[in-house]
Amino acid sequence: MEKSSGRRWFLKSVAAVGVAVPAAALGADPPSRHSHGEHVAQAGSVKVHSLPQAYGWLTQPEQTFIEAAVARLIPSDELGPGAKEAGVSYFIDQQLAGAYGTMARNYKQGPWPEGTPQQGYQSRLMPQEVYRAAIVEINAYCTGRYGKVFEALPAAQQDEVLGDLEAGKVALESVGASFFFGLLLANTMEGFFADPIYGGNRDKIGWKLVGFPGVAAVYSDFIDKHNVPYNAEPVSIVDLQQRMVGVDEHGHPQHVLLAKKD
Amino acid sequence: MATKLKPTDVVVVGVGVTGAILAKELAEAGLKVVGIERGQTRDTYPDFQLPNAHDELKYQRRHELMQDLSRETITFRNNKDETALPMRYLGSFKPGEGVGGAGVHWGTQTWRFSPWDFETRSRTVARYGKNQMAEDCTSQDWGVTYDDLEPHFDMFERVYGVCGKAGNLKGKIIPGGNPHEGPRSREFPLPPTKMSYAAALFTQAAQSLGYKAFPVPVSTPSKVYTNPYGVTMNACVYCGYCEGFACEMGSKGSPQTTVLPVLMKNKNFELRTLANVVQINLDSAKKRAVSVTYVDSRGREFEQPADLVLLTSYVFNNVRLMLHSGIGKPYDPVANTGVVGRNYAYQTPSSVTMFFEDKYFNSFMGAGGLGMAVDEFNNDNFDHGGLGFIGGGFIKSVSSGARPIEIRPLPSGSPRWGSAWKKATAHYFNRNFGLALQGACQSYRGNYLDLDPTYRDAYGLPLLRMTFDRHDNEHKMSLYITNKAAEIGKATGPSKMNVNPRAGKYTIVPYQSTHNTGGAVMGNDPSTSAVNRYLQSWDVPNVFVIGASAFPQNGGYNPTDTVGALTYWALDAIKNKYLKKPGSLY
Repeated sequence: MEKSSGRRWFLKSVAAVGVAVPAAALGADPPSRHSHGEHVAQAGSVKVHSLPQAYGWLTQPEQTFIEAAVARLIPSDELGPGAKEAGVSYFIDQQLAGAYGTMARNYKQGPWPEGTPQQGYQSRLMPQEVYRAAIVEINAYCTGRYGKVFEALPAAQQDEVLGDLEAGKVALESVGASFFFGLLLANTMEGFFADPIYGGNRDKIGWKLVGFPGVAAVYSDFIDKHNVPYNAEPVSIVDLQQRMVGVDEHGHPQHVLLAKKD
Repeated sequence: MATKLKPTDVVVVGVGVTGAILAKELAEAGLKVVGIERGQTRDTYPDFQLPNAHDELKYQRRHELMQDLSRETITFRNNKDETALPMRYLGSFKPGEGVGGAGVHWGTQTWRFSPWDFETRSRTVARYGKNQMAEDCTSQDWGVTYDDLEPHFDMFERVYGVCGKAGNLKGKIIPGGNPHEGPRSREFPLPPTKMSYAAALFTQAAQSLGYKAFPVPVSTPSKVYTNPYGVTMNACVYCGYCEGFACEMGSKGSPQTTVLPVLMKNKNFELRTLANVVQINLDSAKKRAVSVTYVDSRGREFEQPADLVLLTSYVFNNVRLMLHSGIGKPYDPVANTGVVGRNYAYQTPSSVTMFFEDKYFNSFMGAGGLGMAVDEFNNDNFDHGGLGFIGGGFIKSVSSGARPIEIRPLPSGSPRWGSAWKKATAHYFNRNFGLALQGACQSYRGNYLDLDPTYRDAYGLPLLRMTFDRHDNEHKMSLYITNKAAEIGKATGPSKMNVNPRAGKYTIVPYQSTHNTGGAVMGNDPSTSAVNRYLQSWDVPNVFVIGASAFPQNGGYNPTDTVGALTYWALDAIKNKYLKKPGSLY
């Protein structure tokens, strides 16, 4: 492969996930078995724009519903961006289209009596069907009660709807309201905190919020330190696959420790 | 129509922790061994390599290393008056699938069951009288003692590179170890791992209350280690992606890192993967296994004749294959007859979580079992007179590695979403640590395994049906020991604390532990055990059923070390007794 096309591929990949290359990481010595330091340095001088993500499975009303709902579950506030900014709606879109949404590794045979709470998930619907059915019904409920679909409501009323769903106070036809809410909340947390390769946790927003370094380094010299925060620039799977971060012989990233925040 | 294959000496059904050891040892003894495994081949390279090894969504949430429930699951109900329904998602427990079994994703705690565990009924009755146990409690003695198993514990710990500090060497109590453990013939093969800040705070608090804290025994080598089979394991680097994950370093005791490198070179061994055993075929008198039938990845049926059949899959499939194949009499809870499926038990885990304002724990660091523990409230280490229960559990500090999708505890009453949730999560993610309690679980007449009348697997065979609930004994025990743990937690000086004893009906939804036991229990009485003290079927003596399926009830420890000890104990009986004179060993 020509060097130039290789570089173009690299930049495109970086752009696709909207990763801001940390200056400190660029300064780290890449290990000798990787010779991509030059590419990283070149990438650092180019202004990288995020390519827009796209929905593959959700319908337009589903997209706007989920964007609005996740923005209330994990709001953008003084602590930083929230689930919408982290791309959680795109994460949910991809998950629903794939193995998770279609219960590829789950038992799907009937019959499907309701069962007890102790018996767990017994819906005949797969998660992608649950979302499809529930969103239509929640928007119908919102229109009936507030005169507008969910995404058009003010934040306080959206919170009220979400709280009523959580408490099972809204009667949905196809699925239990608290069941759907539980699924939405769990998937939102997954999208906010999963590795960015799945479309959410853009720019590692979730990891930065809590102080989680992502792919682990060797902690042998740090595990027994008492009350000393290990505050590292988080590293994702894509950073390592694109060789934007140096690694040791086993592939552990060389974390770049940041100045103390608190 | 099954294609009949050339006979072999031994068939091992399931190539996990127990199957790999038995196959290795018997192949070296000169027998032709065929290992049949339903899942894929997996190894440290390339399957477990970085960076993808550290993917919480893939491993913890989507269960990449675990059983594919679309092909096979169990059904569950709390009692026999309910209709059992299929477990559609993994939750309460996470059986493995593929070479290495659950030995790939386990959390590496390597505890010996105590001498009391093996003689639960007789010691309880001797100390408290028979009314100490509930009328319908079917907990019993194992037919082996701790002393019988000691050399086999020792061997497994050497093969798996276990780190720890002995507390009892040949009867002498050693400071720094667990004074309540059974006597060890020698020190651990490896010194304890490094300890975290959380472990240090726990130790200080436990000692202030007069308890003897000791390092949790773990199979994550504290330094580079070569086991008796000549296989070298790397030192653990405390990455925090351990339980639920496979180790990129080969620094977790597993079949891949301890036994398979030797086994796979042995020409007497043949591994067949993606091959699902559906039946053990017996002779017309049902006294001898003649072959096993399996279905390969292309749907072809094969019949593999063998002189000796070793069932070495997880608890559920050991029991299910016996039931499908007519090995032993199925348990009937109404008539209280039969043995296969009897004494299914589980565990009674509980927790205490401490939150701090001024202490930072780097909660994402750690290893599966890393921590310090106390054993004062386990087994019969404390006086149960007047308490209304038997058994207990260890109490340990947790530094397993917190990944944020699943492990971000908040003080009770915190919101689950919104800005207030976000603020609390940002603050407490690295400012908390937990205590885990591995509560025991007794066996009862109404808790059992049998075949489901409705739901079937991908091969059209009935699923295994679990009927289970915890009883008053477990709830009282959990409340008692969890309150003791809360006293230790309080002594660490938290600003807030959650105390979660196990209460209410057993539910299959949240994760509790992959420590399912029983259903093919061992013993000295064929009317109350499916296998004898050598784990040999009473009814079909050329079938041995090896694993936690043999536990008559479950102790207050993680089970793997005891499973390993039973494996070497059964191996010893097979090699030194059975092969010399095939037939019943009892």
